[in-house]
Formats: sequence, structure tokens, C-alpha cells
Amino acid sequence: MSLHDQDDPALRAAQEDRLRKVWEPPSGLFFRWTDTNNNRVGIWYVLTAFCFMLFAGVLALVMRTQLAIPANALVSANLFNQLFTLHGSVMMFLFAVPMFEAVSIILLPQLLAARDLPFPRLSAFGYWSFLIGGVFVSGSIFFDAAPDGGWFMYPPYTTRTDMTGLGADIWMLGLSFIEVSSVAAAVELIVGVLKCRPPGMRLNLMPLYAWYILVVAVMILFAFPPLIAGDILFEMERLLNWPFFDPTRGGDPLLWQHLFWIFGHPEVYIVFLPSIALFAMMIPTFSQRHLLGYPWIVLAAVGTAFLSFGLWVHHMFATGLPKISLALFSAASEAVAIPTGVQIFVFIATLWAGRVVWSTPLLYALGSIAMFVIGGLTGVMVAVAPFDWQAHDTYFIVAHLHYVLIGGTLIPLFGGLYYYWPLITGKKLSDRLGRIAFWVLFAGANLTFFPMHFTGLMGMPRRVFTYPAELGVSGLNLASTIGSFLTAAGVALICLDLALSPRRQKAKRNPWHGGTLEWLAHPDDENWGVRSVPLIESRYPIWDQKDFVKKVDEGRFFLPDAEEGRRETIITTVLDARPLAVQRLGGPSVKPMITAVALGSVFILTTYHMYWAALVGSVATLAAILWWLWTGTAEIPEKDEKPIGHGIVLPLYLSGSASPGWWAMFITMMADATAFSGLVFGYFFFWTTHPVFPPHGAGMEGPGVFWPMVAMTLMLAAWGLTVAARTANRRGGVGAARGLLGLGIVLSLAAIGAGLAGPWTTALAPSLHVYPAMVWTLVIWTTAHSGVAAIMQGYTLARSLAGRMTPKHDADLRNITVYMHFMALTAIVTYATIGLFPGVA
Amino acid sequence: MSKRRPRGRMLHGLHSRIVTARVTLWTLIVPPTVWAVHFLFAYLWAAVSCEKAGRFASFPVLFWAGTALALALIVASALVAMVQKETPGDPPPHDAGTDTDRNRFLATATWLLAGLSFAGVVFTALPVLFLLDCR
Repeated sequence: MSLHDQDDPALRAAQEDRLRKVWEPPSGLFFRWTDTNNNRVGIWYVLTAFCFMLFAGVLALVMRTQLAIPANALVSANLFNQLFTLHGSVMMFLFAVPMFEAVSIILLPQLLAARDLPFPRLSAFGYWSFLIGGVFVSGSIFFDAAPDGGWFMYPPYTTRTDMTGLGADIWMLGLSFIEVSSVAAAVELIVGVLKCRPPGMRLNLMPLYAWYILVVAVMILFAFPPLIAGDILFEMERLLNWPFFDPTRGGDPLLWQHLFWIFGHPEVYIVFLPSIALFAMMIPTFSQRHLLGYPWIVLAAVGTAFLSFGLWVHHMFATGLPKISLALFSAASEAVAIPTGVQIFVFIATLWAGRVVWSTPLLYALGSIAMFVIGGLTGVMVAVAPFDWQAHDTYFIVAHLHYVLIGGTLIPLFGGLYYYWPLITGKKLSDRLGRIAFWVLFAGANLTFFPMHFTGLMGMPRRVFTYPAELGVSGLNLASTIGSFLTAAGVALICLDLALSPRRQKAKRNPWHGGTLEWLAHPDDENWGVRSVPLIESRYPIWDQKDFVKKVDEGRFFLPDAEEGRRETIITTVLDARPLAVQRLGGPSVKPMITAVALGSVFILTTYHMYWAALVGSVATLAAILWWLWTGTAEIPEKDEKPIGHGIVLPLYLSGSASPGWWAMFITMMADATAFSGLVFGYFFFWTTHPVFPPHGAGMEGPGVFWPMVAMTLMLAAWGLTVAARTANRRGGVGAARGLLGLGIVLSLAAIGAGLAGPWTTALAPSLHVYPAMVWTLVIWTTAHSGVAAIMQGYTLARSLAGRMTPKHDADLRNITVYMHFMALTAIVTYATIGLFPGVA
Repeated sequence: MSKRRPRGRMLHGLHSRIVTARVTLWTLIVPPTVWAVHFLFAYLWAAVSCEKAGRFASFPVLFWAGTALALALIVASALVAMVQKETPGDPPPHDAGTDTDRNRFLATATWLLAGLSFAGVVFTALPVLFLLDCR
């Protein structure tokens, strides 16, 4: 096809008909929910997260009503515990993080002019997991069974089943399930940013939102897995009585605090950076100029991401750790103010240098910067250990964290809502209602939280269900309560504005005159995302590239057609976005939903100790995943390549490190390795806290050297065979590859037996002491991975036998080889630690 | 052109090798990774020696050597980035769709990150200068 072909309106109409048919959403009462298109799934995701925010907000109002006057008896102490635990947990796990994922799922393909993200079904799976887990956790309060140990669930009280009911299990298992969906979203977003950019969008031309999303998604990979590791230890203690956090049997509650806050502090930046990323899109639009200091924003995002992992102990200043440790973390906490400040100065400078167009979204942006700066400054105060000892666990901290989160997450999101509403619905929200709502919200939030600084300094602790009048904080508390209802009124006004939206006229296209790709969206948008995938030559192509919108609309760029009736998007290189291939995308399917339901059943049934039923759920999950993979991935295309316009012909199949699937496996395994390192950290943590480790005595002598070394050798051999199978298959030795894989399965399975034989034959008793418990945990983790290795090898062998994998089309084998590299590393670390370390310790 | 003309053949060779060296997302994160490794070792060293030995070495040679090494790596990365960001081309904002601008952008960001990481390592080292016990 040449450029001039696109001059023909009849051709364009025919192309549009084909695209429309391919991207047609499924209909029907049930089947409409099987859609996987990012614009649908993203909107469900946003609405669900928004509802959880409103729910958690109502919980906060109940708490503030209880605290309005001293010695109030509206709610009991027990219910109050449930209220603040659920408020914090829902806001963090069911609102802030999912909202970032949701917004990114909607925006990212638009910003990158991709038809969709690389794994649409994975997004749908993430959404259904989130919905099921979220309803399960939130609903518990209606049965008086909500978690009540605070949003960070500190042991040892929370691990004692005689002191806590099901609430702690619901928190742990329900939220673990949601963490799975967060990691899934992180994989999707990283691969999206790195591999699905439009041709020509080199790293220096990428929208800053995409930079932030890349950074935040990488942070999720390293932040969430330590919490998953902590969750595993926590549930092992609750369900099996393995004493990880019980000091009477060698455990230590501080281990939980470490694992929780290695997650918990980066989490703050995980929810803050995507919100500030919205500013990086809004501020150039409303200054009508390019953002100043583009590399400075990259510095800020990457720098914050790194430093945020060196801050976790500042939540533990009052735990009695050595002062030198506190000082190291205090220093890092002060350092993180530098990149955070840099981005705020960049925004101010851009506004200063541009011609500012006053608008409702900009009002939200500026208001939130003001609030965030206050929260940031009190953050610098509490990063100083001696001050923190005074303020720790008081309302001063409540004030600080709410300033940060309201200024850094909530108000920016409302600003983003006003800015991007036309993108999603084609209609603008009311400027008037929006501004009134802003001022009510802004006044309310400050009236609620500013007095809390004083309430805290005057000695009122957090998490108390009431206080005596003699403390002298009654007036301040009443002010906070009035403020909280004012805040709620502001949110209600925003909801009213949203509710009135269907009655309003459609706005014109690109109503704010933005320069970035998402504003290609048309008010009467089609489902296909972008009419043709453009060639990018500028950071603000709509402003800078001549006739850009017209050329996109007339299909004069790449991939303007769907000749084969398949959903497709372009895969490009990481650095320079050179076109590599056309990727076929998964269409509407019930499989992600079924898999989410099956996996959800495993977590929920385990909560109620229905282990046999949970085992059935696990098998169902495995079956669903295999069915999904077998029918929907690494499909051998009907032809090798296809033209995408302008004389460019791209392959339809990729394998190895150029392909999105390989990257997804690599990224998932990074998360897996991080969780594993959390467990290994646990082992060595106990080595430091015990004078003699491993300890001596009955049930604690093991696992010996022999069996761990056998297990390690078997697993390394299984790894070598898989690598050899990959090479043989590539060279056309299909029979040899099948033989090597078959032998690999046998060795992987044998490694399970050998791994378990170590602690089994030496009779390590895990409920006796933390040492045997830790060894068993590492062995179970590693042998479970050996089991997964065997399944993967078996799957690939079956693909080969079924003709779905050939020497040329070998994505499956290339991808499982990545898994096996990590598997080998896991086996070496585990078996060397448990087998050899006792000898040198 | 580079502002500093390299002296001597060896330096010139080094200079041209730096200019043509590949700049990637991995080179971008070298300075903060050095900070992270230094920080991790500083923390582990403090935690392990306090728990296991109950005290520090009176003059922690290894710590200062490690800090000097970390700072040297960061400075080296900054120097490489500085040479690369000054390769010929337009002044910032490096927003053309060319190899040169992509390289110069990544080099600028690396150079900035090196500055932050340098400050970060100095911040981490300060407590050890002033606090030498485990209380």
C-alpha cells in the first residue's frame, strides 16, 4: 500500500469497517463482562477503586464522629479497631495502588498510540482478582469480622489466634490475592512502556507519564514481593503454628516490621509518583509550552525510586534498634527530599516560563502541591529520629501522612479526573461545580488535618477509640470532625458533578489543547484506540508535527487496517522504538475471569481453613492457566509477516529477548526472586539475632549437607537440560529437544523429593523453633518452584508434540528458559544456605 | 564540540571510546545502584556488628574504603556521562528524534543521578563519622 492509497475515502471506510468489527466489544448480559479492551477494563477498574475510596471515606467519617467529643460511646473499642484498620488498608490496597494501575491501563495505550497494552487478558485477570479480593476484605466489616490489628498488622498480637479472629487471615490472604493483581499490572505496564511505543518515540521523546509509570511499576516489583514473603511467614504462623514472630520460640516480631516496611515505604512513593505524573501531563498543557527540565523529572523519578528503598527503618525508629542504624536511615530519609523537591521546582518553573491558562484541573494541581509541601516538611521533621521519638504513634503522624496522601495522591487524582474526563466520556465536567468542590475539599482537608499536628504534640495517641476531656484536645478534635464532614461534602460535590455528566453536551476534540498523543482521542471514540499508529518526531506531536491529527485520522501512518480480522499492535525496540513486529492481541475471553475466580477461591477457602476445597481450587487454577496459555499464547501465525504501510514489513512472531512474552517472564521472575530474597533475609536476620544459630537440640539438628547438595545438583542438571533443549530445538533437533525436556521433567520432580528429604530425614520440627521453621519454608518455596519447573517443561514438551512449537517458533521454550535461570539461582541460594551455612556459622 | 580538548593519544583514545560507548537504561541506573549497594552494605555492616560483636571497629577502614570506592565509581560514571552529554549537537532540551539527542538525554539524566547519588553516599557516610557505637 502506498500513501496515496489512503486518499481513497472508500478504502478508508472499508478499513474502518474492518477495524470496527475486530474491536467490537462483546455484548449480552454476561458476555459484556468478558471484554478485555483496555478502555473498558480500565473504566471498570477506576470505578471499582473509586467506590472503595468512598467506602473507606465513610469509615473515616464514623471514626471522626466517634472522636468529635470526649468519652463518646457511638462505637465500641473493638469496632473502632476494625474501622481504622479497614480504612487504612482499603485506602492503600484497594484505592491508591489499584487506582494508579487503573488510570494507567486507560491512559498508557492512548499516550503511546498503541491499540492496547501487550497483554489485555492479563489486565482483565488483574481486575477480576482485585474485585474479588477487595469485596472479600471490605465486606468483612458487615459480619463483625474485619481485621483489627492496624493497617500494618504488627505481630505478636495479630499472629495469636486466641486474640484475633478471622480478621487477620482475611487481611493477609485477601490482600495477598490483590498483591498478585498488582504484580500482574506491573508486568503489563513495564512491557507496555518498553515495547509498545509508537515508531520513533525514542526514550527522550517519551511522555513523562510513561517515565513515571515505568519507574513505579519497577518499584512494585521490588516492593510488593517482600510483603508477600512476610504474608507467607505470617500465615504459616497463624495456620500451622510456625513461630516466626514468637520470641518464646526464637522468633522475632521485628522481622515482620522489616518486611512490611520494605514494602510500606516505597508504597508511599508508588502511590505518589503516578499522581504527580498527571501533573507532568497537565502543566505543559496549561502553560502551553514544553515542560522545562525533562531530564530533571527523570532524575527525580528514578532517584526517588532508589532512595525510597532506603527509608523503611524510619517507621521503626522507636523499636530500639542501634542508633547507628537509625542514623543511616535518617540520612537517606533526608536525601529523598532532594528529588521530591526537584520535581516541584520543575513544575513551578514551567508555569513561570509559560502562558498560564487558568482551569479547574490546574487549580487542583496547585492546591495539592501546597498540601503536599506541608506534608513533605513534616516528613523531614519526623525523619529526624529524636523528633520522631516524641511524635511517634501520635496524631502528629496522622496529620503528616494525610497531608502527604491527600496532597500527593487524592487531590491530584481529582485534578486528573477533571482533566481526563473528556478523554474518557467526550464531555467536560462543570468548571463551576469543580471549583466549588475544590475549595470545600481543600478547606475541609486542612481543617481536618492541620489541628491534628497540635492534637498529637499535646499527647493524643493514634488509634484510641476515645479520649478524656482532661487531655485538653476536645476543641481540636471537634474541629477535625467538622473538617472531615466538609471534606466529605467536597467529595460529594464531585460525585454530583460526575452524576450530571450524562446530561451534558459532548465537548470538542482536545478541549484543553494538549500536545501529547492521548488527545488524539475523539469525543465519539471508536474502540480501536488509534486509527493509525503514528511516527513520532517530537515530545508534543500534536503541537509540533504538521497535520499530525489529520494524518492519523486518515490512516496515513502505520497499521491502518485489520486485514486478517485480528486485534494487533506494533512492538518496537526499547531504546529507539524501531518497529520489530506486529503482535496479535487476545480478544474478549472468559478465561481471565475464570482464572481469577479459581485463584480467589484458593485464598478465600484457605481463610476458612477449608484446605481440601482450597486444594481443589488450586488444581482448578492450574487447569485454567494452562487452558488460557495453550489456547491464547505463542500462536504460530498463518503467514510469517505482514506490511504495516510505508513499505515496512514486520514479522508476526517473535521469540527471545525481543518479544513481550520474554520480558513478561523476566519481570515476573524479578518479582519472584525479590520475594525469595525476603525469605532468605529472614534466615540471616535470625542468624544475627541469635547468639548460636543454628541452635542445638532435638528437632533442630538438620537438614544436613547430603540431601541439600543432591537437590541442588538435580535442579542444576534440570536447568542445564532445558538450556540444551533450547539450543537443540533452535538447530532443528526437535527429537533431541523433546528427549532433553523429558529428562528435565524427571530431574525437576526428583529435586522435589531430594529437597524435602533434607529436613524430613533429620526430623526438623518447624513448630518447635524458628530455625527449623525457616529451613522448611525455604525448602517448600524451592521445591514448589521445582514443581512449577516440571509443569513448564511438560507444557513445552506437549507444545512441541502438538506442533505448536517448532525450531523457528520457539517462544515457549525461550520463555521457560528464563524461568529456569532464576530457578537455578533459587536452588543454589536455598541449598547452599540451609546445607552449607550451618557449617560456617 | 567538547569543551575540553583531550591531551595526548591515550586520553584521546579514551575520550573517543567514551563518546561512542553505548548509553542505555542500564547505564542510567549505575550511579543510584552504587548508592543502593553502598547503603545496603553500610546497614548490614552496622546491624551485624552491633548484633554479633556488640560494637564497631574503632576505625572502620573497610567502611571508609568502601565509601571511597562508591564515590569513585559515581564520579567515574558522572565523568563518562559528562563527556557524552557534551557530544556535538543542539543545546538542551535534547528533544529531537535522533540517536545523538537520545544519547545526550540519557547522559544528562545519568549525570544528574550521579550528583544525587554522590550526595546520597555522603549522607550515608556522615552518621558513621559521628556515631561509633551501638547504643
